Amino acid sequence: MATAQARAAPAGDDAAFRALLEIADDCLILGHRLSEWCGHAPSLEEDLALANMGLDLLGQARALYAHLGEIEGKGRSEDDLAFLRRERDYVNCLLVERKNGDFAVTMARQLYFAAFMQPFWRAVAATSTDAALAGIAAKAEKEMAYHLRHAGEWVIRLGDGTEESAARMQAAVDELHRYTGEMFLASPARARAIADGLLPDAGSLRPEWERTIATVFAEADLTAPEVRSAQKGGRDGIHGEDMGHLLAELQFMQRAYPGQAW
Amino acid sequence: MYSQGLIGADSSTTESEEFLALFQARIDREEKIEPNDPMPEGYRRTLVRQIGQHAHSEIVGMLPEGNWITRAPSLRRKIALLAKVQDEGGHGLYLYSAAETLGVSREQMTAELLSGKAKYSSIFNYPTLTWADIGAIGWLVDGAAIMNQIPLCRCSYGPYARAMIRVCKEESFHQRQGYEIMMALARGSDEQKEMAQDALNRWWWPSLMMFGPHDSESAHGEQSMAWKIKRFSNDELRQKFITATVPQAEFIGLTVPDPELKWNEETKLYDHGEIDWAEFKAVVSGNGMMNRDRIRDRTKAHDDGAWVREAALAHAAKRAARQPIPQEAAE
Repeated sequence: MATAQARAAPAGDDAAFRALLEIADDCLILGHRLSEWCGHAPSLEEDLALANMGLDLLGQARALYAHLGEIEGKGRSEDDLAFLRRERDYVNCLLVERKNGDFAVTMARQLYFAAFMQPFWRAVAATSTDAALAGIAAKAEKEMAYHLRHAGEWVIRLGDGTEESAARMQAAVDELHRYTGEMFLASPARARAIADGLLPDAGSLRPEWERTIATVFAEADLTAPEVRSAQKGGRDGIHGEDMGHLLAELQFMQRAYPGQAW
Repeated sequence: MYSQGLIGADSSTTESEEFLALFQARIDREEKIEPNDPMPEGYRRTLVRQIGQHAHSEIVGMLPEGNWITRAPSLRRKIALLAKVQDEGGHGLYLYSAAETLGVSREQMTAELLSGKAKYSSIFNYPTLTWADIGAIGWLVDGAAIMNQIPLCRCSYGPYARAMIRVCKEESFHQRQGYEIMMALARGSDEQKEMAQDALNRWWWPSLMMFGPHDSESAHGEQSMAWKIKRFSNDELRQKFITATVPQAEFIGLTVPDPELKWNEETKLYDHGEIDWAEFKAVVSGNGMMNRDRIRDRTKAHDDGAWVREAALAHAAKRAARQPIPQEAAE
């Protein structure tokens, strides 16, 4: 946005770009993962719901990439940013790239992410110095509130369902909990964006996230595992091995037919 | 999307002449038949079969298009395709609900699909090989479906007719979206044009087959017409589709793969080459390239989801048991 460019110094713009790219990549990669379910969900209703959540996230990614293109001012389009970077240049957190696994894994991943993003977007909408970003956030917050409710309800149903579903749900939580810490960390760019008032401090939202998860787990009869060594790396472009395969699919057309309009 | 000329419905019925005459009189007055109204068994059976096939087609149809969601070439296309496939799932849901008003459960219908007893539109037994196939399916397959379904908005069975109104609005959007994908390709690079033409070559004939066998071969068409489940014959609908679609292909510079296709000034319709009915029969009877894959994928989703559905029921039962019974309800 022109206003954002006028307001921030170049160094600030670089930081803003990088900090917002983290969020845009989170939305793209998780939206992509959810879209992989399409046609294969446990019920028709859930097929529609998973597609809906995927669409929300892809829509958020699209708005953020378009905004990032403007902040960067080098003429890169939303598609250039979404499709034409190397794996090391994607800065999503590891949680969102984890494979769908069974339905319990997908719902645990969605709960963890939405329980963070809903308050995060609420804070962006309320406090960001970037008016365009605040606009994106206001819409996204409503969407993530739905994701949180939907995923939370499923985690409770599965945790407090049958013996098999409880075991699967606990296994999903045991597997994914170690990836949640990365959402709250501030990369140098993020720290600068926080100092500039562009983004709220994710770390300050952690107590609310902990409370949300604890409430859901109590009702679902799940135990949050003790995490001895939290996993991180995504914000530095160090991804798990599944990420390259995800990108191979995501980027296939853009790589196979470079420079064409679709 | 995608109802097809009905495959193998048995409309025979055993009610008295008087009952059938009264029912026919209602139909002839264009009254809608509603779920609790008396109706001939053959009418019910034909509808269950037709709505079931239609619902299954929506659900199986999610697979070939879903094949390209993760590889769509731009964010805009990816979102549009995911939303489109989601719409198809939504159509499946309305249609299963419409069929349930006739006393058949979604579980029963799903079991019949997975066992191979129930049919779905044969078009989905072809593979989607390139991005252009997504354009061709929207343009041709949804286009053919609209031809079939617009008249179904006036079908004599109320719940089906009403479901079709919303379905048709969405299909019409899908058709334009598909055509717009084809247009972008046809106006693009040589590679893109070639991709578009190749997709048209592969999807044209299967799209014509979607209307079902020739009228002379269609065993139960007449009874369905009399009951106003169907309003136009297979061949009439096929002709309408060809007449609408050929100029669209010409407009974007693509060639319909039928050397015998020719405008007939007298009939104001296109004369066209003969459809390969042997291929149609092979695909309908399970021998298309993707038949086994489609059912395997649907079966896998169903089986993999069983524990989730069981857990949801178990949790609902636990919840209900924990709730104190309200005094009014207990009395």
